[in-house]
Amino acid sequence: MKKLRYALYTGCTARESTPELLKSTMAIANKLGIELVLLDEASCCGASHLQDFDDMLSLVLNARNICYAEKLGLHMVTICNTCQLNTSLTKERLDNDPELKAKVNEKLAEVGLEYKGTSEVKHFLYALQDDYGYDKIASQVTKPLTGVNVAAFYGCHNIRPSHLQNHSNGGENPYVPKSIDDLAVALGANSVDYGSSNKCCGFHVELQNPKTANRLSGSAMLDAIDNNADIMVTPCPLCHLRMDVQQHNIAKEMGREIKIPILHLPQMVGLALGLSDKELGLNHNIS
Amino acid sequence: MSNTKKLTWKVFRFNKATDYLPHYDTIEIEVSKDEVVLDVMNRIKWEHDGSFSYRRSCRHGICGSCAVKVNGKATLACKDNVFELVDIFGTTLTLEPQSLKRVYKDMIIDKGDFWSKYDAVKPYLIADVEPHPESENVVSIADANKLDEADYCIQCGNCYYACPAVQVNEDYLGPAALTKAWRFNSDVRDNATNERLIIVNEMGSGIWDCVKCFECAEACPKELSPISKITSLHLQSFEKGLVENNVASRHAVGFKWSIMKHGILDEGELVKYSEGIPGVMKHIPEAYAMFKKGKIVMPWNMPKSKNLDEIKKLVASTSTAKF
Repeated sequence: MKKLRYALYTGCTARESTPELLKSTMAIANKLGIELVLLDEASCCGASHLQDFDDMLSLVLNARNICYAEKLGLHMVTICNTCQLNTSLTKERLDNDPELKAKVNEKLAEVGLEYKGTSEVKHFLYALQDDYGYDKIASQVTKPLTGVNVAAFYGCHNIRPSHLQNHSNGGENPYVPKSIDDLAVALGANSVDYGSSNKCCGFHVELQNPKTANRLSGSAMLDAIDNNADIMVTPCPLCHLRMDVQQHNIAKEMGREIKIPILHLPQMVGLALGLSDKELGLNHNIS
Repeated sequence: MSNTKKLTWKVFRFNKATDYLPHYDTIEIEVSKDEVVLDVMNRIKWEHDGSFSYRRSCRHGICGSCAVKVNGKATLACKDNVFELVDIFGTTLTLEPQSLKRVYKDMIIDKGDFWSKYDAVKPYLIADVEPHPESENVVSIADANKLDEADYCIQCGNCYYACPAVQVNEDYLGPAALTKAWRFNSDVRDNATNERLIIVNEMGSGIWDCVKCFECAEACPKELSPISKITSLHLQSFEKGLVENNVASRHAVGFKWSIMKHGILDEGELVKYSEGIPGVMKHIPEAYAMFKKGKIVMPWNMPKSKNLDEIKKLVASTSTAKF
């Protein structure tokens, strides 16, 4: 198989509050022989909040980010569900609305760029599943996660809205997502069957309504714990911040003890591939 | 492919007037490829148990009365094909009402909470109507398109009872009422836009409490994407200058300032900008824990996007939104 190459849109979180996500992503890509070219020119995607304030600006910024992947002639991979949402939403709107695309390109021309629509946008999880293949990952496992009960937590913006995400997520069904469960099994772990794997963590109202946020992540985490999960694994750094950093506040809101390690998806993969805690940035995890 | 399938149906049963606890009846039913969930509900009632209760009326996806959940998935019973559900969930299907907390009998729930929130957004045209008009009040196609199909809502409640924010915050108006608010706020004949915007900007109950999960978009049988109407209400609120200066609105606006300065988001600065100095104090325990684990970038180490000049230029030339 030809070596896989992608343009990596890290998003902001992986370069600030979840450095372990970027570290572990690069480490497993290196180990698996996938080349990730960092898009250092990229800006923030607006995180679904700028979109509430200034629609045109968020379109232009996201289109600009995609332009840099196009210039490299590469497809873009994301490692944050919300980056994935906003980038692919922009792509969908521009690819289906020539007038809007022309308006955005008028702006981009001011800085010598043009959005063409030639690069696909997919989350790294689905690059592993659909382009690289779980079989090939499984064949490189040196430390199988035998006996570990993994509760997959998918995060909203990789699976919904399905009509959008199904272009890039291998047709994952938002009601019964399987990609992370299948990956955990390929690494030798047990996947936990629980009802909250596709639920919302509440991150986007954390500041204005912490009670809603804590209750949402709390019910999902307790569901995982009550179904004997040893760890939870998520492909989204925002879900991770919520359930890792806020774990004690969530426990307080729920009135129950909650103590469960939350891993980023590439950290789980890296452990099975025999990478060290340091290479996977596990020293940055709080829970 | 066989034209029929033998399916196991687990059917939620509860009578609020007589039962202490609900139970599930297990019924084997052979279903053919063209049958929808409503056909199955009819057959349960007609062939298995005449006391089984559910709402139904039009059978054409327009009255919105037969909404239920199948394996947790919001379903309009007269529209959703059973074989398609089997493709997702397999041959054991669980039939439940939209909300287990609000059941009167079997599939019939008390939708009082849904309707009171619907009512709260003034879901009707407020306009000075000429009592004896001499010509038609024509709405152009371009103006009609502004509704973004929000007028196609059939009030089935699927989005509302699928919304996780509603489940943990009983004050939240929810996607259906907010879609209805947009339906009239985008109507050129309506005069109460600002009145509704004030209602939907209320903290704790309005647009700022949407968790952005897209469950509503997935649940809507008319594919209206209620969340995009919520986004439209946000944008309209800023346009009309009716957004209050609070933590949620500063959080949205703060992205622009941060992007202008660094290209990427300065997380610490955003929290400070959104919360204000006193508000930041309550985040100190988490911030300290994060600092100890190397999760906080100091202002002097804040990374910047390459070609930041481009980003600054684009923000300056593109951004028109005001706060």
